[in-house]
Amino acid sequence: MHKQTVSRRGFLKLGGATAATVGFVAITPQMAAAQEEATAPNVALPYPDVDLTDLATTVTSEAPQYFNYPDDSSPCIMLKLGKPAPGGVGPDKDIVAYSVMCTHQGCPLNYDAQTNTLKCPCHYSIFDAELGGNMVIGSATVPVPQVELEYDEATGAVRATGLTGLLYGRVSNIL
Amino acid sequence: MTTVNDRLPIPPTNAAKSNLVCHFCIVGCGYHVYKWPANKEGGRAPDQNALGLDLREQQAPLLMTMSTAMHNVITDRDGKRYNILVLPDKECVVNKGLSSTRGGKLATVMYNPNGLTKERLKHPRLFMGDEWLDTSWDYALAIYAGLTKKILDEAGPDQVMFNCFDHGGAGGGFENTWGTGKLMFSAIQTQMVRIHNRPAYNSEVHSSRDMGVGELNNAYEDAELADVICTIGNNPFETQTNYFLAHWAPNLDGTTIDKKKEWFGEETDGVAGRIVIVDPRRTPTVSISEYIAGADNVLHLDIQPGTDNALMNGLLTYVADQGWHDQEFIAASTSGFDDMLAANRLTLEETSTITGVPVEKLQMAAEWMFKPRENGYRPRTMFAYEKGVIWGNNNYSTIGSIVNLALATHNIGRRGTGCSRMGGHQEGYARPPYPGPRPAPYIDQEIIKGNGQMLTVWGCNAFQTTLNAEQYREEVYRRANIVKEAMAQALGATPEEMVDIIYKAVTEDGGLFITVIDLYATAFADAAHLLLPAAHPGEMNLTSMNGERRIRLSEKFMDPPGSAKPDCLIAADIANAIKALYEAEGNEEMAARFSGFDWTTEEDAFEDGFRRAGVAEIDSQGGPTGDLVTYERLRAMGNDGVQLPVVEYTDGKLIGTEMLYTDGKFSTDDGLAHFLPTPWGGYARVVEEQKEKYRFWINNGRTNHMWQTAYHDRFIPFANDRYPLTPLELNPDDAAELGIESGDVVEVYNNRGATFALAYVEPAIKPGQAFMMFGHHRGVAGDLVTEWVDENIVPYYKGAWADIRKVGVISEYKETVTFKSRRYV
Repeated sequence: MHKQTVSRRGFLKLGGATAATVGFVAITPQMAAAQEEATAPNVALPYPDVDLTDLATTVTSEAPQYFNYPDDSSPCIMLKLGKPAPGGVGPDKDIVAYSVMCTHQGCPLNYDAQTNTLKCPCHYSIFDAELGGNMVIGSATVPVPQVELEYDEATGAVRATGLTGLLYGRVSNIL
Repeated sequence: MTTVNDRLPIPPTNAAKSNLVCHFCIVGCGYHVYKWPANKEGGRAPDQNALGLDLREQQAPLLMTMSTAMHNVITDRDGKRYNILVLPDKECVVNKGLSSTRGGKLATVMYNPNGLTKERLKHPRLFMGDEWLDTSWDYALAIYAGLTKKILDEAGPDQVMFNCFDHGGAGGGFENTWGTGKLMFSAIQTQMVRIHNRPAYNSEVHSSRDMGVGELNNAYEDAELADVICTIGNNPFETQTNYFLAHWAPNLDGTTIDKKKEWFGEETDGVAGRIVIVDPRRTPTVSISEYIAGADNVLHLDIQPGTDNALMNGLLTYVADQGWHDQEFIAASTSGFDDMLAANRLTLEETSTITGVPVEKLQMAAEWMFKPRENGYRPRTMFAYEKGVIWGNNNYSTIGSIVNLALATHNIGRRGTGCSRMGGHQEGYARPPYPGPRPAPYIDQEIIKGNGQMLTVWGCNAFQTTLNAEQYREEVYRRANIVKEAMAQALGATPEEMVDIIYKAVTEDGGLFITVIDLYATAFADAAHLLLPAAHPGEMNLTSMNGERRIRLSEKFMDPPGSAKPDCLIAADIANAIKALYEAEGNEEMAARFSGFDWTTEEDAFEDGFRRAGVAEIDSQGGPTGDLVTYERLRAMGNDGVQLPVVEYTDGKLIGTEMLYTDGKFSTDDGLAHFLPTPWGGYARVVEEQKEKYRFWINNGRTNHMWQTAYHDRFIPFANDRYPLTPLELNPDDAAELGIESGDVVEVYNNRGATFALAYVEPAIKPGQAFMMFGHHRGVAGDLVTEWVDENIVPYYKGAWADIRKVGVISEYKETVTFKSRRYV
């Protein structure tokens, strides 16, 4: 997804190499409009770029990594699958990341390393982490959103740049 | 908004809000529809949107359900576009805010001329020569009515045949069963009708009814209160999902312990419920139940296919020999126990030999379900059965054997018990009495033999769902083509001339004229000559009842596409067109037969049928108190509706019936329940032949992703791309031996047919067994099923045996379809 021009939007500059929190100031559309000259909103949402390089070098198939994206209210998981997968980055194209809010009713998904699936303890939906978060069985009506990752082969940097699909509990991925 | 999938428009506070019961399964979850103009939107603050939610914040888990699949943009007939949001109703007592993957897509399946449902039929279509041509209702009816009248006049009603729905929800409903029933049975007076899922006009539960036990005799709440649930031939996690999640699961995980104690005091086990699952296959339900209740509280009786009858007889014999049966109840409320027991006797050892279940497990099951507790209390066991036995090995005897056991142990008519079918579709039956015999004619076989001059396929699709499907399709195509060729010669014919041309083809040349009345051109339309466009709930007001007899009104909130109409009004149009023809030639008697269809709306049909069951000869699930139910009164009851039969209307509320037979009086002439001798009889010869000849038992049934024949789902990537071909679960060792991997295309073939499937290797499947999705649009399990039926013409869909071989690979499917286990544990 094409990154919005951050400075023009008055949006924040994102640093943050650590996993748990990414500090920034969320700007609501109303605030942004007040700061902007009056132009029609773009279709694409202003997803932040978040550097996840440290996580990407730490993650193993036994040890998934957790982070928040696109903000503190949206927990995500990074996995190293051990085989290439859609949306997978890294030298082995096997690093993927997903929202862990079940797209049925938002319960936190548990990662099953044996099967590379995300399983919901509330109503037992199962999503396939090797296949873009598609639902194997369950009550959701859309896949669990995958975090779009970019990988710079030259530097080894990994960044989150967007999400496929709408997060649970929101009318817009950017609050 | 086709490329944007990371946002939803917000319903404004003044959005129109209406009630909608799910179109699909028996559970009938309650939903709300929010409708507002397409270019408007509410705000994120709680006082700015119709949901009262603070959408500036991330919502907490379990607070809401709202995905992009629950949104659509529709166009009304006046050309105005609207957003719709169809969200589960948190207050509805049935689903308590839950949506399944099917009902969760209700918005998606509503008509959107630019969306996934754009293939909806909009106008009547006639097959002329080699192409489908849109035509007017008048023209279409001139042909349909003209042909029907000519056949009636010359040959009589038996040559006018129907494949017609008889259920509720989409493709059904009390209005529509009445409209079609009045046309078929009162006006045309034909007995040559088969039902959507079986090849004759019969019941799926004759034995239960003959015994005096209506098949929906308890409430969903009883599942919360049972000490043991015994589910037979049923996979509710996938097929009655929210009944399982909202009512069974809270019992299994102990949530309802306090409720049980409040209700029953000492007369309850007072612990989390246990579950006995009778199914040859370790289904997702078995797995989930073990997860929720703990494996110690789940008894999976993985019987040999088709041996349920023996299992029930063996348990009953053991119960009787132990003295655990309720002799007082048997004496007061039943007859025939001794004769039944004598006929059905099976020792536990015999039962174990037949079913393959060890004696200890049989004893444990009997103890859990029937052994009186120390204080003398007789445990509450709720029986729930469905297609594993309905389409099982001898429906009549097997279901009778289940009811025998439930009756003998007084597990009917006590709260926290029941002996009910689980259901597939919702229900919604109100019709004049069927004018034919029992057993009814086997319609598929009549068609195959060359009988019938015209066939109307109404809201169903036997090409994907019937038994012996290949031979059926071949004969239907062959006979339909005779008519197609005749019609192709008719250049510039008037409707009257066309009727004559068709009539000659069907009387002299063995042809069959086929009309399909449906939402879409289904697979059956490939053999049809005339298509008429129908409507579903939301495009019409519609009443149905769910598996606990709960009737609700789904409210109309949009127009059907084009000139499509509700089935009851199509039936009225047909009747009125035929009536006009008879009037024109002065035939008063026949004109009178086709009278009584002066309906403008579907409510008129509801008034004419359901509400008159007490005064006219009408077989209705509303019974003689149906007149207490009106649209207005139902509207006031919202998504909770009322459980039929209605008892009274007081203080603006309809009062209904939670459980049947609480007074120990049953639905027979003498008020006693009649035990039925149901001795174990093995397998029918043709089934035995297949069983001996072919390696794999081809079990078949549903998957949670897809509804019925995928008439919507084939257009919805979330469902269609998950199962682009019918999936076939296979044991890993069998697969390895045959050189098959998950994702391979396999052929499944026997002495009745051959079809393709997508292999899905699954450790839970036993060697020599396979499980295939039924009714799929790409790969029809019914092709493998013999034409055998029981004494009431009920099929044994579950009884097919076949060989399997690898055909090849479609690499796209191997790469995009998930083959992870569908079992949670």
